[in-house]
Amino acid sequence: MTDFTSEASCFEVEGLSLAYDGKPALRDLTLRIPRQRVTAFIGPSGCGKSTLLRVLNRLHDLNEDVSRQGRVVLAGQDIHAPDVDVAELRRRVGMVFQTPNPFPMSIYDNVAFGVRLQGIKRKRVLDEIVEWSLESAALWDEVKDRLHSSAWTLSGGQQQRLVIARTLAVQPEVLLLDEPASALDPISTLKIEELIRSLKSRLTLVLVTHNMQQAARVSDYTAFLQDGELIEYAATDNLFTNPRLRRTENYITGRMS
Amino acid sequence: MDITNDIHSQHISKQFNHELEELKTHLMAMGGLVEKQVQDAIEALLEGDSRLAERVRDNDKAVNDMQIKIDEEATRVLARRQPAASDLRLVLAVIRATSDLERIGDEANKIARNALALVESGRNAHGFIEVRHISEHVRRMVRDALTAFARFDTELAVKVVHEDDAVDSEYTTAMRSLMTFMMEDPRSISSILSVMWILRALERIGDHADNLAEYVIYLVKGLDVRHTASDKLDDQVSKHKS
Repeated sequence: MTDFTSEASCFEVEGLSLAYDGKPALRDLTLRIPRQRVTAFIGPSGCGKSTLLRVLNRLHDLNEDVSRQGRVVLAGQDIHAPDVDVAELRRRVGMVFQTPNPFPMSIYDNVAFGVRLQGIKRKRVLDEIVEWSLESAALWDEVKDRLHSSAWTLSGGQQQRLVIARTLAVQPEVLLLDEPASALDPISTLKIEELIRSLKSRLTLVLVTHNMQQAARVSDYTAFLQDGELIEYAATDNLFTNPRLRRTENYITGRMS
Repeated sequence: MDITNDIHSQHISKQFNHELEELKTHLMAMGGLVEKQVQDAIEALLEGDSRLAERVRDNDKAVNDMQIKIDEEATRVLARRQPAASDLRLVLAVIRATSDLERIGDEANKIARNALALVESGRNAHGFIEVRHISEHVRRMVRDALTAFARFDTELAVKVVHEDDAVDSEYTTAMRSLMTFMMEDPRSISSILSVMWILRALERIGDHADNLAEYVIYLVKGLDVRHTASDKLDDQVSKHKS
């Protein structure tokens, strides 16, 4: 069993509250997300798990009605500090959504997109990064002979792995995954889960999922949220065999609460 | 978090409630049958009733069939429901419990077999007082372990675990005195050996009741005490509260 206290931190969330238009979505959350581990957020719809995920790379900035208290610290730095470059933060903290969203261009150009934005133009370098990223996303063998076909010729599961490759290409430290497999068939889902496991040797992964078995399969730590509050946060091995609180037990075992 | 015995009736899925209730009910039925087997085997011995002993031997198949049926049900729940937390612990505890109950059934069968041998030899063997005494003790343990399972009662379960120490020491004393009888009267060796096998079976039944009690603690508290020394048990179980 993994010991929680001995883990190095990636994120430290301290007293985080967030409200949309005055309506509270997160209430005074304090938690540590360990580095190079998979942490899952679970909870019923509207519990705040996606909101919490979005705060981690400041996607909530795009919404003007949001008010926030508390701090989110990434590797020692407050991500809301005025001198933080948001674009750079989002490079370090990549995000993958429920529905795969490849750009309307070739597989190669999709992966090279972010890298080109950083000013890298040399074909040899780009080729290397594209191959490395597709390898890392476990997609290379399936697409190496058709790198210049449209990304839309790929299946849903392949598109999701392409999006992950595109995110990996800019060398992020963290990958946020918001229901990354909920639109995929079971086999593609298993491939994504396998990929999540293989990536944790170099990245921190944070996963939001409605599928509790998925959280149980892939995560090292699980946080259970309800009504914007952090109810229980523990090693996944413990949370799914012997939760500390009745509210957690009721949720993960499908009981009325 | 400690759980209570009504927890498996609160799922949103009524069918899931039903499946878990069935598992518990069937386990209790198997427990009842096994208890009866032990009681009949001892009665057959003490009363010299060979027909009753034969019946115990015939019924052993029913015990085995129940084990297979309950294990199949438990496997189906695992495959279809992927239970977690207390539900998962219930299914695991049931699977483990059927295995111990089935072996208690085997021990009852052994007692019946040796009872038959004794009845046929027509000798009034030594050791019947010890058999009566220890058998009452272990039957109470089995009954208490099953009650603890039905009520999710960890206090009663802890008591059963302690009882097993007492049975073990009674068993050692009884064996020693039977050994003395054998040395004094070599002609009685074969019948005393049968009694010794019976005592051995009873002692094993006590061990299985002890296992059942440990599963109750696991089920209710999520605490695995299978390899905990019994003098440290009370401390561990009472400390493990949240």
